[in-house]
Amino acid sequence: MAKPSTALRPGLGETSMAHSHAASMGAPAHTAHAAHDENPNLQHHFYSMDQQLEASVLGMWVFLVTEVMFFGGLFMAYIVYRTMYPTAWIESSHELNVYLGGINTAVLIVSSFTMAMAVRSAQTGWRTGQIFNLIGTMILGSTFLVIKYFEYAAKFTHHLVPGPHFQAPAGMEAIGNQMQIFFALYFIMTGIHAAHMVIGIVLMAVILVMAWRGKFGPHYYTPVEVGGLYWHFVDIVWIFLFPLLYLLGFHGGPGA
Amino acid sequence: MATVPQQENHSYLGAPYGLAAWLLTKDHKRIAILYLISITIFFAVGGLFAAGIRLELTTPQGDLWTPDMYNKLFTLHGVVMIFFFLIPSIPAVLGNFMLPIMIGAKDLAFPRINLLSWYIYVAGAIITLAAVFSGGLDTGWTFYTPYSSISSETAVTTAAIGVFVTGFSSILTGLNFIVTVHRMRAPGMTWFRLPLFVWAQYATSLVMILGTPVIAITVLLVAAERALHLGIFDPKLGGDPVLFQHLFWFYSHPAVYIMILPGMGVMSELVAAVSRKQVFGYGFVAFSSLAIAILGFLVWGHHLFVSSQSIYAGLVFSIITMLVAVPSAVKTFNWAATMYKGSVTWESPTYWVLGFMGLFTIGGLTGLFLATMGLDIHLTDTYFVVAHFHYIMVGGAIMAYMGGLHFYWPKMTGKMFSEAGAKASAILVFVGFNFTFFPQFLLGYLGMPRRYHAYPAEPIWQVLNVLSSAGASILALGYLLPAFYFTYSLFKGKAAPANPWGATGLEWQVPSPPPTFNFDEDPVVNEPAYHYKPRHEVHVNG
Amino acid sequence: MQNIPLFPPSASSVAMEMDLLYLFITAVSAFFVVLVAALTLIFAVKYRRRHPDEVGADIHGSLVLELTWTFIPFVLSMVMFVWGADLFYRLARPPADAMDMFVVGKQWMWKVQHPAGVREINQMHVPIGRNVRIFLGSEDVLHDYSIPAFRVKMDAVPGKITTMWFKATQAGTYHIFCAEYCGTKHSGMIGEVIAMEPQDYEAWLAGGRSTGTPVENGERLFSTLSCNTCHKPDSTGRGPSLHGVFGSTVQLADGRKVVADENYLRESIMNSQAKVVQGFQPIMPAFQGMVSEENLMQLIAYIKTLKPAAPADAVKK
Repeated sequence: MAKPSTALRPGLGETSMAHSHAASMGAPAHTAHAAHDENPNLQHHFYSMDQQLEASVLGMWVFLVTEVMFFGGLFMAYIVYRTMYPTAWIESSHELNVYLGGINTAVLIVSSFTMAMAVRSAQTGWRTGQIFNLIGTMILGSTFLVIKYFEYAAKFTHHLVPGPHFQAPAGMEAIGNQMQIFFALYFIMTGIHAAHMVIGIVLMAVILVMAWRGKFGPHYYTPVEVGGLYWHFVDIVWIFLFPLLYLLGFHGGPGA
Repeated sequence: MATVPQQENHSYLGAPYGLAAWLLTKDHKRIAILYLISITIFFAVGGLFAAGIRLELTTPQGDLWTPDMYNKLFTLHGVVMIFFFLIPSIPAVLGNFMLPIMIGAKDLAFPRINLLSWYIYVAGAIITLAAVFSGGLDTGWTFYTPYSSISSETAVTTAAIGVFVTGFSSILTGLNFIVTVHRMRAPGMTWFRLPLFVWAQYATSLVMILGTPVIAITVLLVAAERALHLGIFDPKLGGDPVLFQHLFWFYSHPAVYIMILPGMGVMSELVAAVSRKQVFGYGFVAFSSLAIAILGFLVWGHHLFVSSQSIYAGLVFSIITMLVAVPSAVKTFNWAATMYKGSVTWESPTYWVLGFMGLFTIGGLTGLFLATMGLDIHLTDTYFVVAHFHYIMVGGAIMAYMGGLHFYWPKMTGKMFSEAGAKASAILVFVGFNFTFFPQFLLGYLGMPRRYHAYPAEPIWQVLNVLSSAGASILALGYLLPAFYFTYSLFKGKAAPANPWGATGLEWQVPSPPPTFNFDEDPVVNEPAYHYKPRHEVHVNG
Repeated sequence: MQNIPLFPPSASSVAMEMDLLYLFITAVSAFFVVLVAALTLIFAVKYRRRHPDEVGADIHGSLVLELTWTFIPFVLSMVMFVWGADLFYRLARPPADAMDMFVVGKQWMWKVQHPAGVREINQMHVPIGRNVRIFLGSEDVLHDYSIPAFRVKMDAVPGKITTMWFKATQAGTYHIFCAEYCGTKHSGMIGEVIAMEPQDYEAWLAGGRSTGTPVENGERLFSTLSCNTCHKPDSTGRGPSLHGVFGSTVQLADGRKVVADENYLRESIMNSQAKVVQGFQPIMPAFQGMVSEENLMQLIAYIKTLKPAAPADAVKK
């Protein structure tokens, strides 16, 4: 390390820092950011719109990491019990409606497309595109939830909801408890996923209002970008849930 | 930094005054004060529960409380101290206040989320208190199944929801810190110029965002299991109770590092400041924080050596646990080496530093006893474990928190506190702590199990327990004393200068207390951290 | 270490080694605590600040020192790991010649059954000089069977059978604790182990009232629960023959292979559909809730005595 020398600190004044033994960490105000961006969407504690966008996007990524861990705990429970009870897992999977699940998968994939289009429209400042694609995303998300509602309702009718009214399908009584664990995980995983969908649709509604007011353009599209990340993540969770829960039965049987 | 004019009139403590201005603030410094007040309340509550435990154990018969009451006392002591005091303590108070200033930012990246996380903390606290008043909680803070899911008759569901909610406060704090460190550093504040406190907070935040969601989903499963008897953790319905332990410790072991890593960060700041010297081996200290955070996720199975876990899994967990000792030792020796040829002050922060060094070293080394699989058979679930984790969490984390609170108090409040009082408090805590917890190592080797309301009436057992309870009363005095001199300082304390300790860092170059937006002009950094230079012409008061 | 009051009585074959390991780590720890305390105190005094604007020397670190205090703790911790793992490994694997005891925990008592059939509650008489293996079960929540004088401890996990073993070396009466929190009277779930000379143990057994040995009881249960109607000694039954099943490798219907240990037998009784043997229909009822943990252990003890009837049968069921 260099010998202590004040010469190393050009421009250091003693103003106001009466007690600075402390090294001078700072030099006089730098000018790079002295004139803040004039964009009204810039929050006071950021230097520039770029910094604000980067922070928001990174924040959403970090949040999605926590979401991965959140679902990860459930996937871990799923893996443990699937290993313990392979037969019950296959039998339970047969009870799920793979057609409705498949339609829902398609619905979500299309909604990811409209979401991506909404982000693109925001970046280019095409207001009509933003509005149409956001509404499209919300409609597809709602369609998913409606289909999910019918699936859940069928499970109630067939007494496949875990809890005091759970009844194993005929012939499966002996593995009823194990199937109940499958359905417990099914309802918790898809239920939490559906809750994320509801939050996503509310987010889209808020973003839609902002889009309606013409807030988004090449200089400011952070909410659409960040909301889009969230939406894609929720879709991807479903892309994992669908094969693990619905398609599992297809490769079942002895030797699987 | 040369460009911050002293303008007393726009300190963050100034206008706007009033409750609403504080409760709706987005200023990280005010939010830190909100946290300081709330966690202090919970520290007192948790301390009262501890007093109940220690009073009961002065006699072997279990004659003060009913067994149920005693079980609730130790459970609530654990829940309150861990989730509502220790986990938020250093990050949410000292980290919230200092981290943005240390890196030259005007605030955290997401001020509104910061405020939200305090409200989530309060909401979780209220739900948990509701559980306390609607039947209490007697599962132990570990919520082990199937006791928690089928056997306990207390308000487990409510408490589980309280813990679930509080977890999000911790997640959001971690998220905010990570983004802030990545995106909000002042020009010139490169990663290797960051104060080590920031490194430690960064490592802690990683643990918070990766671990906390898992405990959230786990306690949620317990609540669902309790309500609907799903069978996920109930062996009678085909579930596996040990799966709960895996999921629980996957978070709760790293949670220990959420508590101690920030303490290590504070220690790095304090050791450098009281010695006025560059931290010895900066890079090693910084990376040892990351090493501890990463290794911390791979050791959870050492809580399960006698839980019917496979021997081979146990071997892996044991050896990785041993590896955690290495970065911990690296830090300790680097702190000691920092004082070599330093200019060591004997002002009050030094007392907390020395106390931390002694207690943390004992706490860390006794972890080796428990990581040693064969010996753990005898020691697990005994008072040895209790003593070990108190040495880490109280002797380490709280000692560091208290040291940091003293060190930063002048910055946070603009007032100097009583030096004599602070030294007396540090000595009382150190002495009281050792009297309280050292006998528990001995009790543990004798075989006294944890969570026992009554114990065999053998003379040596009672002698050690009485010693422990007597020590606890000294410890309590040590913790009460700061309440007086800190409060006194707010009203009658001498005004604090910007840099009362003569330390380096941006935080000591802004006025005490700092202005609302921290810096009147944007700082630029052109030196490494802890760059002390002889400056004979400058007078330092302190 | 018999007379030091800071150690529990040393009454089993591993107690001395456990204490030595403890003392070894204590010595290492004491060395480092003293070293760190001495260094910090000496530095704090020797390099105390002599005038208010003094600063420390401009020292940044030393790679040699860093490597030293990385390497030495690493080596020491590996020594502890190897010693501890070796001790654990031995304690986790009961010797083949051990006598089997059955212990079941329930809120809040320990139920003990001897191989000769004598039962006790919250007491356990054992002969010294003999390896004793304990099969541990729980009827409700987690418990932990802890005997500090023997330096052994094991969780009783509901839904599983766990094992532990010891060899008592000193006659005497020692504590049994429940070491895993189990509810209201957790601290009342205690008892005593009475280690006796072998001849005293035999005399004690003779004075006790036996309700049949575990194997005898298991045999009776095997017929009262009608296990024998399907599980016949030869391969003519609707269920697989259980003769020689213990310790064998079983081919399951879903393609997996498992070794038939105590926990496999337990699961196959309580939760019979979990693992179905290849070539058989999943028709066996689950006995969960119908068989107590003690009866279960007796059934298993009986099944373990069933020797292969004919060589042809034992190969595959």
